Amino acid sequence: MTLLHLLWSFFQIGLFSIGGGYAAMPLIQSQVVDQYGWLTMREFTDLITIAEMTPGPIAVNSATFVGIRIAGFPGALIATLGCILPSLIVVTILAHVYYKYKGAKALDTVLACLRPVVVALIAAAGLNILRHVLFGDGAPALSSIDWIGAVLFAGAFFALRKFKTNPILTMALCGAGGLIAGLIFRITP
Amino acid sequence: MKKSLRPTAKTLWQLFLSTLYISAFTFGGGFVIVTFMKKKFVDELHWIDEDEMLDLTAIAQSSPGSIAVNAAILVGWRVGGAAGIVIAVLGTLLPPMLILSIISFFYAAFASNRYVALTLRGMQAGVAAVILDVVCGLGSKVVKEHSALSIALMLCAFAATFFFKINVVFILLAAALVGAVKLLVIRLKEVRA
Repeated sequence: MTLLHLLWSFFQIGLFSIGGGYAAMPLIQSQVVDQYGWLTMREFTDLITIAEMTPGPIAVNSATFVGIRIAGFPGALIATLGCILPSLIVVTILAHVYYKYKGAKALDTVLACLRPVVVALIAAAGLNILRHVLFGDGAPALSSIDWIGAVLFAGAFFALRKFKTNPILTMALCGAGGLIAGLIFRITP
Repeated sequence: MKKSLRPTAKTLWQLFLSTLYISAFTFGGGFVIVTFMKKKFVDELHWIDEDEMLDLTAIAQSSPGSIAVNAAILVGWRVGGAAGIVIAVLGTLLPPMLILSIISFFYAAFASNRYVALTLRGMQAGVAAVILDVVCGLGSKVVKEHSALSIALMLCAFAATFFFKINVVFILLAAALVGAVKLLVIRLKEVRA
């Protein structure tokens, strides 16, 4: 019964969270904390922190975390399945439609208008992360700039543009750079 | 449509490794993973062309569920049909499931670890650089098209999401509406001619 609840609960989270991670957060809270009481509010806040520090979508991270706590590893599997099921159904249908009508003038005209918008959305996502790197959660000001982050960003950006370095290697080197610089300058994060 | 790739065992294995690798190292929201997928599947493996990747991103973004999983379904479908979907979704899910399982046991120690926090902060700077690098490439392509409509759409969408924090689903719907109007105008001209 618990497994069924987990499946249904995370199915709803998957179905109604359109637009990625931050859209899913209030939904997860209402299901997991308010409706079923699987987590306390304190545990939920911890969960969001973990989700932000680790790879993977917030919904999938939550499904694993809550599933394990409620019903062990089977719980994690069922909850994750629940949250990706709506995607599997809807996206497969859309993919089918896209490839069937791709090349048709009507769809191509509409898609031609969507492409520059997607570029803009990616740009905004990147700039938001950069702002967080440079200024943390505070307001942007030259006095509060994180110089280590700024130097790492500038170096990585230059290497990627100029030498087309491998993106994941670049990111890993930035991680190492942040660790070394933090230890040298005795920064407490 | 380009001729679909035959999903040989080698292709599927490469798809699995690629999605696993991308998923394991991309922190942050869905757009991060989409940029890494673009680097891998468009620039490196040439399985998908650039316009197609942008279309898939628009679909992934406006469908329910997480962008990363949606994008994996689309790329999987494109590369290897139904088998591709299963492989790509597995590759995308395994790293977060594994990592979260481990962390949920050692949360307190992990969260307060200074070395972990410093490394993660450095990596964020790298993520920002990767995303903005991809944006430079894609953006300059839009500008080179010399289409006033495309450039206007790009600038308006940027202002709407970055400054006015408008829900991205509405922005995509508005752009689709602009496309529909444009189509109508073209049809009307054809009827008159």
